[in-house]
Amino acid sequence: MLRRSFNVLMLSAGLALASLSAAIAEEPVRIGVSASKTGPLSGGAAGVLWPNIKLWVDKVNKAGGLKVGDRKRPIEIVEYDDKSTPEEAVKNIQRLATQDKVDLIIPPYSTGLNLATAPLIAKYGYPQIVSTGNANDLDKFVKRWPNTFWLLGPAQGIADGIVGTLKDLHDAGKIGNKVAVVNVSDAFGLEMIKTGKPALKQSGFDIVYESSYPLGNQDLAPVIAGAKAANADAFVAYSYPPDSFALTEQAQLQKFDPKAFFVSVGGNLDAYGKRFGAASNGILIMGGVNASDPVFQAYRKEHLQATGQEADWWASPVAYASLEILQQAVERVGSLDKKALNKEIQTGTFKTVIGDIHFEDNINNNNWTVGQWSDGVVHGVRATGNLQGAQPPVLKPAWPGN
Amino acid sequence: MQILLTGLLLGGTYTLIALGLTLQYGVARIMNLANGETLVAACFVTFWLYTGLGINPLLGLLVIGPGAFVVNWLIYAWLMQPLVKRAKNRGMLEVDSILATFGLLFLFQGLMLLVFGGDYFNYEFLAQPFTIMGNSFGLNRVVAFVAAAVIAVALYVFLYRTDRGTAVRAVAVDPRAARLVAIDVRKTAAFAFALGGAITACAGTLLSTFYTFNTSMGVVFTMKALIIVIMGGVGDIRGAVLAALVLGMTETAVASLLDPGLTLAANYALFILVLLFRPQGIFGKRPA
Amino acid sequence: MNIPRNEILALGAGLAGAAVLALLPLVTEGFWLSIGVNIMLYAVMCTAWALFSGPTHLVSLASAAFFGVGTYAVAIFIDVLPFPVLILIAIAAGTVLALLVGLATLRLSGVYFVIFTLGLAELIGQIVTWVQTNFGGAIGLYVFTDFTETHLYWMLLALTVVVFITGWLVNRSRLGLALRIIGNDEAVARHVGVNTARARIILFAISGSFIAVAGAIMAPRYSYITPDAAFNPMTSFMVVIMPMLGGTRRLWGPLVGVVPFTLIMDFISSNFPNQTAVIVGIAFLAIVYVLPDGVTGWLETMFHRRRSTENGPLAKTAEEVK
Repeated sequence: MLRRSFNVLMLSAGLALASLSAAIAEEPVRIGVSASKTGPLSGGAAGVLWPNIKLWVDKVNKAGGLKVGDRKRPIEIVEYDDKSTPEEAVKNIQRLATQDKVDLIIPPYSTGLNLATAPLIAKYGYPQIVSTGNANDLDKFVKRWPNTFWLLGPAQGIADGIVGTLKDLHDAGKIGNKVAVVNVSDAFGLEMIKTGKPALKQSGFDIVYESSYPLGNQDLAPVIAGAKAANADAFVAYSYPPDSFALTEQAQLQKFDPKAFFVSVGGNLDAYGKRFGAASNGILIMGGVNASDPVFQAYRKEHLQATGQEADWWASPVAYASLEILQQAVERVGSLDKKALNKEIQTGTFKTVIGDIHFEDNINNNNWTVGQWSDGVVHGVRATGNLQGAQPPVLKPAWPGN
Repeated sequence: MQILLTGLLLGGTYTLIALGLTLQYGVARIMNLANGETLVAACFVTFWLYTGLGINPLLGLLVIGPGAFVVNWLIYAWLMQPLVKRAKNRGMLEVDSILATFGLLFLFQGLMLLVFGGDYFNYEFLAQPFTIMGNSFGLNRVVAFVAAAVIAVALYVFLYRTDRGTAVRAVAVDPRAARLVAIDVRKTAAFAFALGGAITACAGTLLSTFYTFNTSMGVVFTMKALIIVIMGGVGDIRGAVLAALVLGMTETAVASLLDPGLTLAANYALFILVLLFRPQGIFGKRPA
Repeated sequence: MNIPRNEILALGAGLAGAAVLALLPLVTEGFWLSIGVNIMLYAVMCTAWALFSGPTHLVSLASAAFFGVGTYAVAIFIDVLPFPVLILIAIAAGTVLALLVGLATLRLSGVYFVIFTLGLAELIGQIVTWVQTNFGGAIGLYVFTDFTETHLYWMLLALTVVVFITGWLVNRSRLGLALRIIGNDEAVARHVGVNTARARIILFAISGSFIAVAGAIMAPRYSYITPDAAFNPMTSFMVVIMPMLGGTRRLWGPLVGVVPFTLIMDFISSNFPNQTAVIVGIAFLAIVYVLPDGVTGWLETMFHRRRSTENGPLAKTAEEVK
């Protein structure tokens, strides 16, 4: 009896030793991440970027590791907090590249920090697949730093999406031509309004109310009051999470009931649908997903299991896709050679949770731009390029209980 | 009219935030940079009580207020008292307390980050329209305003109608003279600091009923509170209330009539004007 | 000119030190150079800050405003003017801003001055945002240059040297004396015939324009300039805290704060990425309680203590002999 358990013990010790030596034999692939854990950008990064990195690393390591050539090597993450500032971000990238000598880099969260770190990441030759930022004039930027890849495409495409949706609704005679448009005055809101406003005018809309508000302002009763007073048929907000919530709540409270109600970042959060429940039905949001795609559905489930939080309906799968692209590029190239990786990402086509991705001049031109809430799920209603699965937009029903 | 009322509702919340700081800074002489973190912590606790245990935020006040009182008393006794003891003059204490509470700010933020993460949080509470004179407002904001008003009035009565309150005011005016009339300055300062913390926490609880919050947002509120406290005159309750209401009104008026993009700018412009023409605050007396 | 010998020695040592530091980019051009840039940046800003705030005891939180103004001077004109001209513009802009602030704050002191300068930095940031939103189109401005970290490092190092020389000259001048009198008691200063207003404003302008130049030099590193990055209030706080840690009574005091602060912060954030805030907070509290007079204060007491112990036995023997 005793002897048998001793044997078992020996056996398991041997097994453990064997697996340990296997792990030692395979040198890990070190991947550096510098993104916000504190500061104003940490909210977004904690919702979108960090959980997907965790999910991806867990998944790859469970499957034996990242396939480099004919070996599977475990992924080891080296992570730093950039405190939402460019100085820290730049310093972190330096450290990752020259001290930690990481094999790959996952770029920071937000447009500003990606632009600020691009020259350095380029200096060390790492591919920079940006999943959480975009800007106008990206083509200019890409020419200067050809190792940057922009998954969300240029700002124009995203800002114009809602304009297209409104135009379709207007042409079908479903809504009038009076639009209220507001934006948060930070880099994102301004890039959006810069192209969104002329596009609205060009499509024949009458902008009856427009305003901007500072980042972090949640006292938006005056904004909604203004839009309501102007009798807008459609409401477009290029907004961020706290204000997306505040605008929606105020619209409900003030019984401002346009037939099309659009909010940007924040509307895509799962918490948004939960918070507003039935009232969220018919609300248009920036981004979107192909909710009926089984690949995406499986991803959502995994995301919840691995990270304990729900994926959102736009940015999470894009962030995850950026990691999938990195993984597939490494597998195809068969090494961690940065030049070869950049070339592969520039030319290859990748299978991801958001569909097949192919960069044209380093910019992905197939993106969901508008989604719509319906019973706790967001369905993409408009996309750039040739994405499939868009559903026709519907008019927003009146706020429930009004 | 709508501008006036919206501004008033907003000012109510600001009042509570500022009252907390004015007690801590005006009486206990601690410029508490971690004030906003106390507020955000209260937001999180309220969220947790409400969504986790189903405790109504208004009832939550009864738990959070006293809880914050105890925590802040301990902070004062352990962390601030040594600074007060070693400070040779008020200037030194100011510098030391800024540095120390700056450290506290990071500490609190870090702890909240570990527990709650950096994500945005909010919950639905009384998000129904409430009509005042033909304009509809969020019921949660109205309730928060009423609660804020009740707390502010209670504080006023306490400070101006009770012996303990008079002692607190005496220390605010002149700690040395207060000692001469047999007031235990140290104890009173600790009490004021703790009370300030409790009021700040109540402000957080009320705020969380209609705000989306995350771990990093404390600094914003600390700044607002600082502005209001200085505008109203340090340690002056009536000044703080008035300044908070004026600020709420200005913000709303500028947002409605001019441009919402200028609200913060208007805030600071107003504040700078007040400082230029009445550097001692609206009600403050010129330093001798 | 009669310059005390120890000051000439200090000057020589400082210049020699700077010459050695200038060689850093030849040794490393990676991470340590980045740290070097950060240290130099704060060395300039903190020393410049302490030039004014040290002697006058007026804690200015307007550093972010000066920094941002300098950054924007570069961002706006980078495509049309050469970089040296932009530095001059930054100096001019910083000086003008400082003159305005100086005039506005003449009557303020103590915490009112602190909060005023803080509000001012925020106000300028907000106005820049608003102007850009409504008239500029995009909020961010690209700054493309061919500067590498090495260039930035050298520029900041040179600026540090200039700041130190300026500080030394100021200390020796009547202006420096006037400021020290103001710092002790403004009323007394006025009584003994010091033109307090002029002294305050001139020195504030010198201090502010240096910080503006630092902002201008850093602009290429950001490559995309937005108001919230350029006018980050955290900058102002950092610029106050590091000299407080170092001590502001000596010209080199801030530097003694900057170097360990930057290195410690960096050590913490690299080794505990998830607990950074907690550990920084604890470290901060520890510093406040253990080093109440800043590093220089501590060094001085240590120095004095050693001296007194050295003297101690001798004194005793002298007593015994008697």
